[in-house]
Amino acid sequence: MKLYDRGKITLGIIVFLAFALFPFYNNIGKVNARPEPKTDTPEILAWEQQYGKKECVESKEYMKAEHMQLLNNWRDSVVRDMYRQYKSDSNGKMFTMSLQNGCMKCHSNKKQFCDECHNYMAVKPYCWDCHVEPVEKEEVKS
Amino acid sequence: MSMDRRRFLKIAGISSVLGFGAQIASATHTVWQKGLEPPQIEPDKKGLVAKQWAMVVDMSKFKGEEDIKKVVHACHHAHNVPDFRNPDGTVDRKLEIKWIWQTSYERAFPGFENQYMEHHLKEMPFVALCNHCSNPPCVRVCPTKATFKLTNGITMQDMHRCIGCRFCMAACPYGARSFNWIDPRKAGNLKNGVTNREYPARSKGVVEKCTFCTERLQAGKMPACVEAAPAGALLFGDIENPDSEVRKIVTSRLTIRRKPELGTGPSVYYVIGGNDHA
Repeated sequence: MKLYDRGKITLGIIVFLAFALFPFYNNIGKVNARPEPKTDTPEILAWEQQYGKKECVESKEYMKAEHMQLLNNWRDSVVRDMYRQYKSDSNGKMFTMSLQNGCMKCHSNKKQFCDECHNYMAVKPYCWDCHVEPVEKEEVKS
Repeated sequence: MSMDRRRFLKIAGISSVLGFGAQIASATHTVWQKGLEPPQIEPDKKGLVAKQWAMVVDMSKFKGEEDIKKVVHACHHAHNVPDFRNPDGTVDRKLEIKWIWQTSYERAFPGFENQYMEHHLKEMPFVALCNHCSNPPCVRVCPTKATFKLTNGITMQDMHRCIGCRFCMAACPYGARSFNWIDPRKAGNLKNGVTNREYPARSKGVVEKCTFCTERLQAGKMPACVEAAPAGALLFGDIENPDSEVRKIVTSRLTIRRKPELGTGPSVYYVIGGNDHA
C-alpha cells in the first residue's frame, strides 16, 4: 500500500498525540494530595470533650456521601414547611436545621472543611453567594 | 410475522406485569428521594403560631419621620438589606431594595384623598410594607413557586427557587417587591460584611420583600419593626384569633387597608386618625 506524504502525516500524528496526551504524561508519578478536611475546630473539640466523641448530624460516612441531599431536604423543610429541628438518625440528638446557624457553628473553618474537598473536586456550590460564612479563625495548631 | 391470539395475549400480559413492576420500582425510588417528615423534624418549640398573621399600623403613634426611619433601619439591619446610594448620598432609586419603607398618604391610599382633607394627613409620612395578602397575586403568577403562602398566612419566598423573572413585581399592586439588579453585598452598608451574621444575604437576580420576620416568629420573637416602633404603633398578631389584640382593634375601630378593592385581601390594617375620632 502506498501512503502519500508519509513523513508529514507521521509528524502530524506525533504532534497531535503529544498535545492530546499531555495531561497524562505530565502527571505521571506526581502524587495528587488527598483532600484532608479538618474537624478540629475549638467547637468540635469542646463537643468531643463533652460527649466523649466527635459526632455530626449523621454518621461520617453518610455525611460524606449525602450531605448535599440532606442540606436540600433541610432547606425545603425550613423555608417551606417551617420545621427547624432535626432529629438525628444515628445518635438521636436534636439539631437546628441551618447552614449558617447550625453546621457552620461547629465547622467554623470553611476553608479547611468545605473548600478542601470542593476545590479538589472542582465543584462550586453557590451556598455562599447568599449565606454568610463564618469568620475564619487563626489556623488551629495541631 | 403473524401472531395468533394466544401468543398476543401472552405477550400483552407479560408486558403489563413488567410495566407494573417498573412503576413500583420507580415509586420506591421516589420514596427514597422524598424530603424529611415528622417526627424526624419538628418546629422550634419557642415558635409563635397563627392562622393568619396580621399587622395594625397606628399612624397616630408615629411622631414624624424619625420614628419611621428607626423602624426601617431595624428591619433592614436585621435582614442584610443593601442600602444603595448615589455618589451625592441620596438613595439610588433604581437599585433600591425595600422591605418596609416610608411613603405618603396619597401613594398608600390612592383614591381616598380629596382636596379638602386635613393638610396634616396629606403631608404625613406613612409606613408601607408587604401586605401578606390572603389572596396574593404574586403567588399566583410565580412560575417556580418560589413565592408561596406559609400555613400561618405569611407570603414567603424561597430565594433558592427564584429565577428572577419579576412577574411577582408586576403583579404586586403595592410595590412591595424589589429586584436585586446587582450583587447586594456591593452596597456600602454590606461591603465589609453583612449587618446580621445570623441571617443570609441575597444574590444578584432574585426578588425580595418583607417576610413578616418569619425567622423571628419561629424563634418566639416579634418582628423587628414591631420591636423598634414606638409603643403601640405597630401591633402584630393573629387576625383569625378573636382574642388577639389586632383582631380587637380591627373589630372595634375604623381601619383601612391598601387597595382592598383589588380583592387581594391585605393583612396590614391602618388606623389613621387619632384616638378621639378614628
